This record gives sequence, C-alpha cells and structure tokens, in this order.
Amino acid sequence: MTKVFVSCDSSARSVGADEVAAALELHAMRDGHDIEIVRTGSRGMMWLEPYIEVETTRGRVGYGPVAVADVGHMLNLGMLLGRPLANSIGLVADYPWLAQQQRVTFARLGEVDPTSLADYERHGGLVALRTALALAPDDVVSEVTASGLRGRGGAGFPAGVKWRTVLDAQADQKYVCCNADEGDSGTFADRMLMEGDPFSLIEGMAIAGVAVGATRGYLYIRSEYPDAIARMQQAAATAYQAGLLGDSVLGSGRAFHLDIRVGAGSYVCGEETAMLESLEGKRGIVRAKPPVPALQGLFGKPTIVNNVLTLATVPAILTMGAAAYAALGDSASAGTQVFQLSGNIRHGGAVEVPFGVTLGEMVDGFGGGTLSNRAIKAVQIGGPLGAYLDGSHWSVPLTYEGLAAAGGMIGHGGIVVFDDTADMAAQARFAMEFCAEESCGKCTPCRIGSTRGVEVIDRIVAGVDRQRNLALLDDLCEAMTDGSLCAMGGLTPLPVRSALRIAPADFGIEPPESGDSEADDAESDSDLPEEALDDHLV
Amino acid sequence: MTVVDEAQLREVVAPLAGRGILLALQAIQEQFGFVPDGSMAVVAESENVTRAEVHGVLTYYADLRTELPAPCVVRVCVAEACQALGSRQVVADLAERGYDLHGRNVIDRIACEQVFCLGNCALGPSATVAGRIRSRVNAATLLQEAWEASR
Repeated sequence: MTKVFVSCDSSARSVGADEVAAALELHAMRDGHDIEIVRTGSRGMMWLEPYIEVETTRGRVGYGPVAVADVGHMLNLGMLLGRPLANSIGLVADYPWLAQQQRVTFARLGEVDPTSLADYERHGGLVALRTALALAPDDVVSEVTASGLRGRGGAGFPAGVKWRTVLDAQADQKYVCCNADEGDSGTFADRMLMEGDPFSLIEGMAIAGVAVGATRGYLYIRSEYPDAIARMQQAAATAYQAGLLGDSVLGSGRAFHLDIRVGAGSYVCGEETAMLESLEGKRGIVRAKPPVPALQGLFGKPTIVNNVLTLATVPAILTMGAAAYAALGDSASAGTQVFQLSGNIRHGGAVEVPFGVTLGEMVDGFGGGTLSNRAIKAVQIGGPLGAYLDGSHWSVPLTYEGLAAAGGMIGHGGIVVFDDTADMAAQARFAMEFCAEESCGKCTPCRIGSTRGVEVIDRIVAGVDRQRNLALLDDLCEAMTDGSLCAMGGLTPLPVRSALRIAPADFGIEPPESGDSEADDAESDSDLPEEALDDHLV
Repeated sequence: MTVVDEAQLREVVAPLAGRGILLALQAIQEQFGFVPDGSMAVVAESENVTRAEVHGVLTYYADLRTELPAPCVVRVCVAEACQALGSRQVVADLAERGYDLHGRNVIDRIACEQVFCLGNCALGPSATVAGRIRSRVNAATLLQEAWEASR
C-alpha cells in the first residue's frame, strides 16, 4: 500500500484539495491501485495547491498543482512510484524552496495527520510536556526565558518575562489564554498551524499551564477560521480522552483544562485586553494598561496571553533545548519566524527561517517576485497596522529591531506584495477606513481620528488646500500615535505615513525638486475656511 | 419572519448560564441562524446582567445578526492582501450587478458582504460562498456559484 498525502488546509481546500482527494480514491479503486490517503496540513507552498505527496522508498515525492482531471493519468504514469511528471517537484526534502527553510514551529506541517495524536507522538510530540512535568516550574520558565522566545503576535515581548510574572503572582486561579484571533491581512500562520498541527498548540498551552500554575486555558479563535475551529475542537476532545488535558495531565496529578472560544468578527479582539473582555463575554473593548494581564488578566486573575505561534514553539524549544533555539536568528531576535508571503506574489505561502533574512531575499528569493510579472511598488509588513516599504528597503534584515529601524514592524510576520498598479493613496485611505470600521471606540484619537483621517486624505487627493491638509494629516497621525490606548489607533498612522513617503505622487504631490519646498501652484486656492480646518481634529 | 418563543431561547441558553453574554448569543445564533426578538431579556436573565449590557454585546460584534440571513451569503475579502490582487475590482463588479457591500446587498436569495481577511492571503482575491472558501475569485463566478448554492 502506498501512502498519498493530500493537504486538508483550508487554502488547499479553496482550490480543490477535497475534490483531488476524492478523485484519487475513485481512480485508485477503479484501476486497482492500493493507496491510503492521509490528509495533512499544508507545507505552505500555496501556489502548488492542490498539492500531494507520495511516499516512496527514497522519501516523499511532491506533485502540484494537481487538477482533478489529471489524477487518473498521474496514477497510470507512475505517480505512486514517484516518477517525474510535468507537475512534480521531485523529492520533497530536496526541493529548494523547502530545503532553504529551517522549520522549527512548522516542523510537522504537511508531515503528520493532524487528527492523530499517535502520529503527533511519533514525530516527537509530548516529549516536551513530559520534560516540563518532570522539571520544577521555575526551570521551565527559565528555559523559555533562555531561548529568547519573543511574542509572535506582533508586540515581541519576551515570553519568559511574561511567564515569570505570572508564575510569581499569587492567586487562587491563573489562566493561559491563547490568542488565535489572527485578523491581520496577509497572515495565516496561526491558521495553518491549528489546521495542520493542533496538538503542538495544545501541548504548548499545557506546558505554559504547568509552568506557571494555571489550571485553565482558553483558546480564542476568530470565526473566519471554521476549519481551524473544528480541528482544534476535535484535537482538544482527543487530548482529553488521552489524558493530555484534564484533572491530571499525563497522570501527573496537575490539572489543565482547555476551553475553545470563537470570536465574532471583531478585529480589535486580537488586541490582548480586548480579547480578554471578549472571553469574559463582553464587548471587545480595549482595557487601559497597567495593570498588565500577567497580573490582572482574565477575570482579573494572572494570565499568560500568548499568540498561537509563541505557544506552539514552546514544545520545540524544550525538546531541542533553549540554547539550540537561541542560536538561531540573531541575538535580540532569537529563533525562527514563520513569514507569510501573500498578495501579488508568485510563490505565496509560509516560509520559516531564522530571523535576519533580508526583505529582498524573502520577497524576490522565496517569493519569486510578483504574480503579475510587474514591478513591485510596495510591500506591507506586519498586517494592516504595518508600514509600506519599497525597494529601497530590500536589504533590511527581517528582525524585530531591523524593521523598527526601517520605520516598520515585523508584526505577525505577514508580507503583502503590491505591484506598480497599486494606488498608495487608496491604501492609506483604507488604513484609516479600516481603523474607523474596527475601532472599539474607547479612545478618541482612534475612534474619531480614523474617520477624520479618511476625510483629510480625500481632500489631499482631491487637491483641496493640499499643503494645509498634509500638515493636518501629520498632526492627526501624531495625535493617534501618541494618544491611542492600543495599537489599533496607535499604529494606523504607520501605513498612512509610509504610503505617503514612498508614493507621494499617488496623493497628487509632485516630488520635490532640488530640495525646494513643495510648490503647490495648482492648488493655491483654499476651499475651506480656516475655522473649518480646526474642526477636523475634533 | 421566523418567530422563536422564549421557551426555545431559554432551552438554548440554560446550559451556558454564567459563561458570558457573548457565548449565549452565539449559541442562540448557532441554533436559529440569527438572534431573534426576545433574546435580550432571556440572556440578561440568564447572565444576571442588564438588557443594556446584552444589547451592547449584540450590537458590537459584526457576526451577530438580528435577522435571518439570505439563503446564500457571499463574503468577499476586502483586506490588503486581496486588494493587491484586485479585490477592489471584484467589489466594483458586484456593485455593478446590484450588490452594494455597504448598502443594498441582498438580491434574489443571495447576500454579498465584506469580510476583513479569511486567512487565504496567498491565493487571493478570496471569498466564501455559503461558507465554502474560494481562491482567485471574480464577481461572475462567485455569483454563479452562489446562485447554485441558493437553490
């Protein structure tokens, strides 16, 4: 019997992976091929989906994209022997796009059957949890600290410091909350992990629980991820049955219970305190900090709030050792990051490499340039609140500090590519629109600034009193940056200002010549009385 | 208009008592497809909060709806990664066919809505049709598929 692996990732399903699996089954039965179809997570080579792998004596051989109509031919032409066909990529392990990566968090994606705890264990699963249960809580936290692991959700706060705070806090109840509200456009690594290796997240949460003495965990998944929700619910049920979750984790006598909650279509609930409010059943309104959630989090109790990738990386760290993990990447940005290439890109998908690869290597190397074959105008890194960068930033190292120095942020590792047909003024306007749509409304700079921002950008683009409106936009951005409670309002100026910086012409602004201050002769007439301008900032 | 009586609502909410307003409202919507009249009082009682608090939650979250949705809902991603591959054109083409994502958006058993990111960013523009995720979409094929799903 030959094993054939077909992804069940929702991106793969969106281009027909289910139909391919069904066709494989049908043709194999009809033509007498003895196969076993295993549905796995995705390798992350989205441009090759629907993508399948065949187990051969030499290792797995990959094929993609596979059209339903070709399945019968492929079987008859020796696909099950790993023969090279028009759509084969050869031995998966040797395929450069994968071989050049260093997968730690994503090591099992595409390898294992995500519904099988036994398969998870065969691939190194639960070793770390057993280690953690044998260690003193303090030592587990020290190991996480020593690994240099920083929060993968975007803020990059050292995980070990957060865990230490919760460990040291005295309380009758502590919590571990996993933020799976992956709302940033251009990010899908959390989704892929939950769909393709759910037990690693459960193991990571359980380790966090036993490390800090939290007996309850919550996983908050956005509603836009129905497959991830179903997979995690199934995995949690399996984990309870196997004694991995419950009153006595793996027979240790220590409890860890996991509850899965589903979001309800609110982007700002990805902000940690808004997520906690939502978990408590309330409106997802941001809380003022301090107090930090590590001291007063869910229901006012000490709470670890970590992103999916952060928690799912912990088992790998405990298994490989903190020092080995810290040796990857650079000193301040230790380990690996799962970058997600998307938008107008030829080879879109998930790339896990140590921190420090340059933006150019990522976009041109792994990404292969634009899908449209046109020049790249901009990339947006780190989601809707991340900066737009252009070709002048290709040498920027992809680290927390490298991107910050370039005026951007790494966020959750999403890189969205735009070709030269993109209108950066429209993108800047959208950033404000999105903020207006998704603002929780608690603080004024975000709630009102975003709406005023849309109006001011419209005036700039229309050429209405451009110089003064540009100054107004600058003021507004400053007010939002400095005065907002959370990253929603605080970082929305990042895409706005960076779009203006890299493509002033899209806003109707002539590039300044020979250092002259801009001469706006075409728009000297002010359509607005001075008093009206003052109102814009409310 | 679907009428749901209070007893039915109580039955859904009872096992969740004390676990938060949002979970109760989500359970009601899961059961009935929307949050019917009368839900607020039932949830307020079950969670021991004011109706105002329930109203606040009900109106805060985009997913919660107080009317039955159309038989087929199309959700088009309008976030950046899909914009980079022409989602604005998809939205414009849908508008030309009468589906205004910000206004009148239900025609002939099909509703078209916007969504911010489906996590399918490497294969955009993305959309869902009756809950099924789709890649590299355009308005014509979306509506064709929606039409078939709505019959």
